Amino acid sequence: MITELGHFALILALMVALVQTIVPLVGAHNRWAGWMAAGEPAAKAQAVLVAFSFGALMHAFVTSDFSLRLVVENSHTLKPMLYKVAGVWGNHEGSLLLWCLILAVFGACAAWFGGNLPDTLRARVLAVQGFIGVAFLAFLLFTSNPFVRLGTPPFDGQDLNPLLQDPGLAFHPPFLYLGYVGLSMTFAFAVAALLEGRVDAAWGRWVRPWTLAAWIFLTIGIALGSWWAYYELGWGGFWFWDPVENASFMPWLISAALLHSAIVVEKREALKSWTILLAILAFGFSLIGTFIVRSGVLTSVHAFANDPERGVFILLILAVFMGGALTLFAARASAMEAKGVFSTFSRESALVANNILLTVACFVVFVGTLWPLIADLLFARKLSVGAPFFNAAFTPFMVALAMILPLGALMPWKRARIGRVMRPLWGALALSIAAGALVWTMQTGRAFLAPVGLILTLWVTFGVIADLWVKAGRGDFASRARRLIHLPRAEWGKSTAHFGFAITIFGICAMTAWQTEDIRIAQVGEPFEVGAYTVTLEDVREVQGPNYQSTLATIALTRGGNTLRLTPEKRFYPVQAMPTTEAAISNGVWRDLYVVIGDPQDAGGWAVRTYIKPFANWIWAGCIIMALGGGLSLSDRRHRVAAGASRRRADAVPAE
Amino acid sequence: MTGRALILCAVLLAPPAFAVQPDEMLDDPVLESRARDLSQNLRCLVCRNENIDESDAGLAADLRVLVRERLVAGDTDEQVIAFVVDRYGEYVLLNPPANGSTLILWLAGPTMLLGAGAVAALYLRRRRRLPPEQPLSADEQARLDRILGR
Repeated sequence: MITELGHFALILALMVALVQTIVPLVGAHNRWAGWMAAGEPAAKAQAVLVAFSFGALMHAFVTSDFSLRLVVENSHTLKPMLYKVAGVWGNHEGSLLLWCLILAVFGACAAWFGGNLPDTLRARVLAVQGFIGVAFLAFLLFTSNPFVRLGTPPFDGQDLNPLLQDPGLAFHPPFLYLGYVGLSMTFAFAVAALLEGRVDAAWGRWVRPWTLAAWIFLTIGIALGSWWAYYELGWGGFWFWDPVENASFMPWLISAALLHSAIVVEKREALKSWTILLAILAFGFSLIGTFIVRSGVLTSVHAFANDPERGVFILLILAVFMGGALTLFAARASAMEAKGVFSTFSRESALVANNILLTVACFVVFVGTLWPLIADLLFARKLSVGAPFFNAAFTPFMVALAMILPLGALMPWKRARIGRVMRPLWGALALSIAAGALVWTMQTGRAFLAPVGLILTLWVTFGVIADLWVKAGRGDFASRARRLIHLPRAEWGKSTAHFGFAITIFGICAMTAWQTEDIRIAQVGEPFEVGAYTVTLEDVREVQGPNYQSTLATIALTRGGNTLRLTPEKRFYPVQAMPTTEAAISNGVWRDLYVVIGDPQDAGGWAVRTYIKPFANWIWAGCIIMALGGGLSLSDRRHRVAAGASRRRADAVPAE
Repeated sequence: MTGRALILCAVLLAPPAFAVQPDEMLDDPVLESRARDLSQNLRCLVCRNENIDESDAGLAADLRVLVRERLVAGDTDEQVIAFVVDRYGEYVLLNPPANGSTLILWLAGPTMLLGAGAVAALYLRRRRRLPPEQPLSADEQARLDRILGR
């Protein structure tokens, strides 16, 4: 019964979304206050209905209702509770319902917090958001209905893909969707602004928190996915340039660019039409990502459902939204007259450079991801584009980005003098190059990666410090400290996020350049040396888990009298007849110890892989710091004041 | 059916990654490290976007052994790659060769960067000049006077 109610609520949500699309749009066009006001209750109602529907599906999973096809295909009575819950979005239909839920919640948030927006803009934002809702709810109901019942329910389910039964991956999709769908808000704002024919500083201020929120969620989601790949896939890689990974990375790059260009709109009223275009493209890349993951046109390590019919539907959604928005953009963009004036050396120009690098980097990823398809269709060449291409073609952009970052951060608006900007930075430059040179002379082999990585890391980090130092002004220590503490949160957010970027660069370079790997057949009880460690395979035994059998090894790693015991596993999930490796990792600030147990050998002994991965955790620590920086910026007074002021005004002046 | 497809994918696509096996490895560390570098640029044909060094599939293991046999036989890196490409096609190369139509792929980024740089330069030149001052309309002037209390 609950299932049927959930299904019904979903259909109702589609109807409400239709109302949310049409009524406020017509109202905004004709300046009818009553019609415009209809958007808010509709958005809230849509959120409540989809939330109820999602709850109903979750109920079915938690109670293992095997009369539902989706539950049969993705659950099992023995599965731990966490994965029964996470199993709701561990499949195409359920994850799409989660997508719709997040979309509806974002729409409702726009209704709640949008009090400070002009009535017509708010109505149009909600209408666009409603239209996206219509498209995805229709997609869900007509091609991927999660509430399909089975005539003869089986006694037990087919279990969730064991690779997905993992805490990292349980939370990875929700964060990613929060990011993807968050970009629908910036899209809605962009289209609404085009309909209004007006973009000003206030628009920049409204759109920035949404972009920031989406970007923060994307950052966390991507970091979780990469962390999962690191410990679950068994050889400690953290990024594979896989189409599905790229699908999430492209919106991240574009939203990072948008984040920076929206500042220029807000502070200087320049780059308006460019920012609008980025806002449209960011959501476009979200949709392309959805298409790549769910259509199966590109082969990938973690593709979802491969169904051409669904692919066509998403392509249709993509065509309607991108085609419509870009046409509107072409017609209206020229009306967005820029006001700010700035010289070639200025923060505006630095942010333009930032935008160029991020967008072109995204374009490279895009072309590389789709190239196998293009080459096949146009040139009849079957070829692969893999990690070596992306490492070569993408990395230079990030290097350039890190190089200009401290300069841009220190430049004043309008006009900068390069000598003045560099004055606090010369020391930073000298120190980082010296450190890089030192590392280069000390290490053997693998020439450039680590030194360059270190130079960039230190350059960005010292740049952040120099920036804060300059902002602290003159005077004794106490007054500097006081000024620092009272800097706006956005300023701290910027410094924190840039610092996180530096840390991630360092983690990636250091781990790639300096990792030690050992692959061998180990006999139980016979020690061997890896790096500075003595490694002993002490014991291998069979263990029974809740829904799997496990081969559990105990491996001792000794260094300077300290012994550490790790227990890597090889699991077998009988329901899906699928083996997984569970690497055992000792996480540390300076290094990760990573051991994997393999197959027993015919001649006795076990295949054992041991890795020492220096600074591995810095990669994800950097991402978390970036996300924290975003959070700090989001909590800035300006954004809160805007929201608070609106509430008061909304109370004082009731809706007409 | 999706369920079957999913399971099939799961088995085929994301193997438990047991990659290079110890018994496949060469005793000569120089040759072995060349073999590792080469295998990281070769695609496992039955997997999805995985190189043969990381793949668990039987075919990948065969290819790893093949690469090592060629190296032991004295081939250069280029000869080994050519040997594999002759038999399996350029699809095995994770690093697409920069020739013919693939040049477009390799040049896409630099070209785009140049284009974007040119557009930005034009934009910056225009931005340096002040747009003509727009006089206040009569309405705005009246409002300004009112606000200033004139």
